[in-house]
Amino acid sequence: MLELEARAEPSRLMSWLSPLLAVVLTIAGGMLVFSALGKDPLEGFRIFFLNPVKDLYGLSELLLKATPLMLCAIGLAIGFRANVWNIGAEGQFMLGAVAATGVALYFDGSESALLLPAMIVAGALGGAAWAAIPALLRTRFNANEILVSLMLVYVAQLFVSWLVFGPWKDPDGFNFPQTQMFGDAALMPVLLEGTRLHLGFALALAVLVAGYAFMNRSFAGFRMRVAGEAPDAARYAGFSATRMIWIGLLLGGAAAGLAGMGEVAGPMGQLTDKVGSGYGFAAIIVAFVGRLNAFGILLASLLMALLYIGGEQAQQYLNLPSSISMVFQGMLLFFLLGSDVFINYRLRLRRRAVQGH
Amino acid sequence: MSQSTSQPVPPPAATAPRLQLRGISKVYPTVVANDQVDLSVQPGEIRAILGENGAGKSTLMKIIYGVTHQSAGHIYWEGEEVRVENPAHARSLGIGMVFQHFSLFETLTVVENVALALPGNPALDELAQRITEVSERYGLPVDPRRHIHALSVGERQRVEIIRCLLQNPRLLIMDEPTSVLTPQAVRKLFETLRQLAAEGCSILYISHKLDEIQALCHTATVLRGGKVTGECIPAQETPASMARLMIGKDLPHCEHGAARTDGDVRLRLAGLSHASDDPFGTDLKDIHLDVRAGEIVGIAGVSGNGQQELLRAISGEDVLAERFPVQICGVEAGRLSPGQRRKLGLCFVPEERLGRGAVPGMSLADNALLTAAHSQGLLAGGFLRFERARDFAQRCIEAFNVKCGGPGAAAKSLSGGNLQKFIVGREILQAPGLLVCAQPTWGVDVGAATFIRQSLIDLRDRGCAVLVISEELDELFEICDRIAVIAKGRLSPTRPASETTVEDIGVWMSGMWPGADSSELPTNRAESLHA
Repeated sequence: MLELEARAEPSRLMSWLSPLLAVVLTIAGGMLVFSALGKDPLEGFRIFFLNPVKDLYGLSELLLKATPLMLCAIGLAIGFRANVWNIGAEGQFMLGAVAATGVALYFDGSESALLLPAMIVAGALGGAAWAAIPALLRTRFNANEILVSLMLVYVAQLFVSWLVFGPWKDPDGFNFPQTQMFGDAALMPVLLEGTRLHLGFALALAVLVAGYAFMNRSFAGFRMRVAGEAPDAARYAGFSATRMIWIGLLLGGAAAGLAGMGEVAGPMGQLTDKVGSGYGFAAIIVAFVGRLNAFGILLASLLMALLYIGGEQAQQYLNLPSSISMVFQGMLLFFLLGSDVFINYRLRLRRRAVQGH
Repeated sequence: MSQSTSQPVPPPAATAPRLQLRGISKVYPTVVANDQVDLSVQPGEIRAILGENGAGKSTLMKIIYGVTHQSAGHIYWEGEEVRVENPAHARSLGIGMVFQHFSLFETLTVVENVALALPGNPALDELAQRITEVSERYGLPVDPRRHIHALSVGERQRVEIIRCLLQNPRLLIMDEPTSVLTPQAVRKLFETLRQLAAEGCSILYISHKLDEIQALCHTATVLRGGKVTGECIPAQETPASMARLMIGKDLPHCEHGAARTDGDVRLRLAGLSHASDDPFGTDLKDIHLDVRAGEIVGIAGVSGNGQQELLRAISGEDVLAERFPVQICGVEAGRLSPGQRRKLGLCFVPEERLGRGAVPGMSLADNALLTAAHSQGLLAGGFLRFERARDFAQRCIEAFNVKCGGPGAAAKSLSGGNLQKFIVGREILQAPGLLVCAQPTWGVDVGAATFIRQSLIDLRDRGCAVLVISEELDELFEICDRIAVIAKGRLSPTRPASETTVEDIGVWMSGMWPGADSSELPTNRAESLHA
C-alpha cells in the first residue's frame, strides 16, 4: 500500500521543487476547470498564461502588477520568519495609499521635486503606523496579531470609503467616490515610454535587495530567524521577543504602505474606494510560494501577477467570471501546501508490516 | 559501590536467545554506523552495550526497536527471524525502549503520553491509577496529570521508564538511563531492573558508566567505531580494562589543584526569591550564594527542585522584580536582560542543547553568533561577519574536538555529546568572568566528559568563577571546590567538597541539611531517604 514516511531530514531539493510542482498542478487544474466550463483547455492555457506576456506592453503590465505584490510579500516574509503573523498587509497597503494621498492633496499644485519623496515616506509611515496597532496590542496585552491585523483591514477599507465619499471627494468628479487626479509632481515617473511601468518597480527591486540583506546579512535579521526557528534559543541568547514583534510588524507595514503609495501615485493617479485590490492578501501566498526568500518572492510575485492578468484576459476573451483569478490563487496555495508535505515526508510503497506472534 | 552481595552472575544459557543479531550493518551516506555487529541476549540477562558517543550504540538499538532498518544482517527474536518494521511492531513483539532523547509530547500530560504508546484506547483514569502503582512500586514518583513541558529532564525520564514498564516488556532497552538520577535513585532503579531480570525480562543497558555496568550487568558487549571490539563479564573486569576496550586507551583523569579562596565575588545571590511562572514549577526561596573568581561551586539536587528556575534567574531568561538579588561581577543585575548580563562577563551553558543552547536547523557558524556575536566581534555595523563567525566556530570545533562536518554543519546533525562540546566550547572560548553550566556532561561519553570537566577546571585556574548545576554527584565531586544542594527551591549552605561525601550530599538532596526547615521537607521525594 501507499503511505507517507517521514524523511530523516527535510529535503532541500523538494523545498525548491515544491513551488514548481504546485505551479504545474495549478496549470493542470486550471485546464480541467476550463474543460468543465466548456472551453478549450489549450486555448484557455494560451489566453491565461501566454497571452499576457506576448509583447513588451504585456510584460510591462506584468511587472507593474508584480510591484505591489513583491513589496508586500518581502515585508511580510521578514515577520513570518520570526513567527510574527501579519495578515493585515491589505489594510496597511490602504493606509499607505491614504497617507501618500494626503500629502499629494495637501501640496496640490506644488511642482517641488521633493513632493514625490515626501509621499514615499508618508506611504511607508502610514503603513507602519497601521501595523503598529497590532504590535502595540500584542506586546502590551498579548492580543493575537493575526486577528487584530486582519480585522484592521476592514477598518482601513471603511476609512478609505469615508474619505473618498466625504472630505476628499473630488468636487469635479461627478460624485464618483474618488479624489481629484494628482498633479504631475505627485506621480511616479514612467520607466518605459508607452507603458505604465513606473519608478515603483525599481523601488520594489531595491526593497527586495534590502530585504535580502536584512534577513540574511544583518544581526537583526539573524535574531528574527532565531526567534522563528527556536524561541527558547532566542530567549537564551537574550533576543527581545518584544522588539522582534515590533520590527516584524513595522517593516511589514512600511513595505505594504509603500506598495499602496505606488498604486495611487502610479497607475491609479488618485485614491478611490477600490484601492485595495487584494494585493495584501495575495502577498501572503507570494511570500510562501517564494519560500520567505527574496529571490523566491521575486519569482512568485511575477507568477501571481500573471494569474491576475491572465484572469482579466480570461474575462475578456473567454467570457469567464472575474473570480477565475481567485480560483487560480486558491489552487496555487492549495497545491503548494500539498506539495510541501513532501519536504518532510516521502511516498513509499510497501507491503503490510509482519505482525508479531 | 559494594559488589559483595549484588555481584551480577550471568543466568544459565537458555535454549534460544531472546534476541540475536547476526552481522548487522547500518550504512548512512557519510558514515558506517554499525559494521557486522553480532549480539545476543538471553531471557533474564542484563547485557551492557558499552561504547563512546558515536560508537554506534544508539543506531544499533534503533534497529532493534524498528526506528530505522539495517542495511544488512539478520535479527532473530526468540529463535525466529524478524524484520522489525516500526516501534509499534517492536512493542507488539515485547520490546520496550527508554530513549536518551525523550520521545514525549510536551503539550500532553503524563497519562496521555503513556496512553499514546499503549495499544487500543485505554481509559485515562484507570491508566493514571496504574501509573501511580508502577511509579510507587519502582520508586519513580511522578504525577500522572502533569504536562510534560512542565517536567524536568529527570522527571521526563521517569515517565519514559514507566511507559515502558506498563507494557510488560520481555526485552527492555535502556539508553543511558541513570544520567539524571541521585545515587539512591540509581540503586533503586537497579533493584527494579534486577527484579525485572529475575522475572525473566532481558535488558540491554547502554551506558558508558563503568561502575554502574559492573554493579548491574551480567555481560557486556563493547562497541568502538561501529564494530564489536570485545565481550566481557563486567564483574571479572576492572574499570580500567573495560575503558581500554571502549576507547582503546587508558581512562583520562582530571588534574585538579587547590582552589583560590581569595578571589573577588563574581556571582552573589543575595536572598533570591522568585515565584516560578509555571504552575508546576518550583518557587525559589531566599537563596544565598557567593561564587568567587578561581573556584568551582557545584549545586547538586534531584531534578525539578528549582534548578531550572535558578538558572533562568541567573541567566536573565527570567527577569526579576528587583535588582539586588542577582549580582554579577559586582553589578546588581536582577533586572538586566540576558544580553546585558553577558556583557558583564556571564556565559551560560543551558541544560537543553537543541532548541535552547543551539538552533537545530542553523549551522554551527550561525550558532556561534547566538551568544558570541558581541564578545568575539562577529558583527560590523549591525551586519554579520560570516568569515569571523566561521573562524570562531572552527576554533570551538578544534579546541573541543567536536566531531562534525565543519562550521557549516547544522546543529541538529551533531550527536548530543558533540553538540554539548561545541556549546561548552563556545561559552568557554569567550573567556567569561563567570561561567554558569547546567549538566555539563549529560549524555557525553567518558573521554569527552573528562575533557569538558578538565576545561572547566582550567577555566577556573585562569581566574574564572564557575557555577555548575548537575544531577551527577560523581561529577560534582570530581571538579567542585565547594558543593551546595538545592531542594524544594531552597539552597543549602556550601561545604568544601573535600569535607563531605556522596552519602551526605545524597541525604541533603532530600532537603535535610543542618538548619533546614524540616516542615518544608519534600514529601514526594522521601523515597531517596530509605533507598
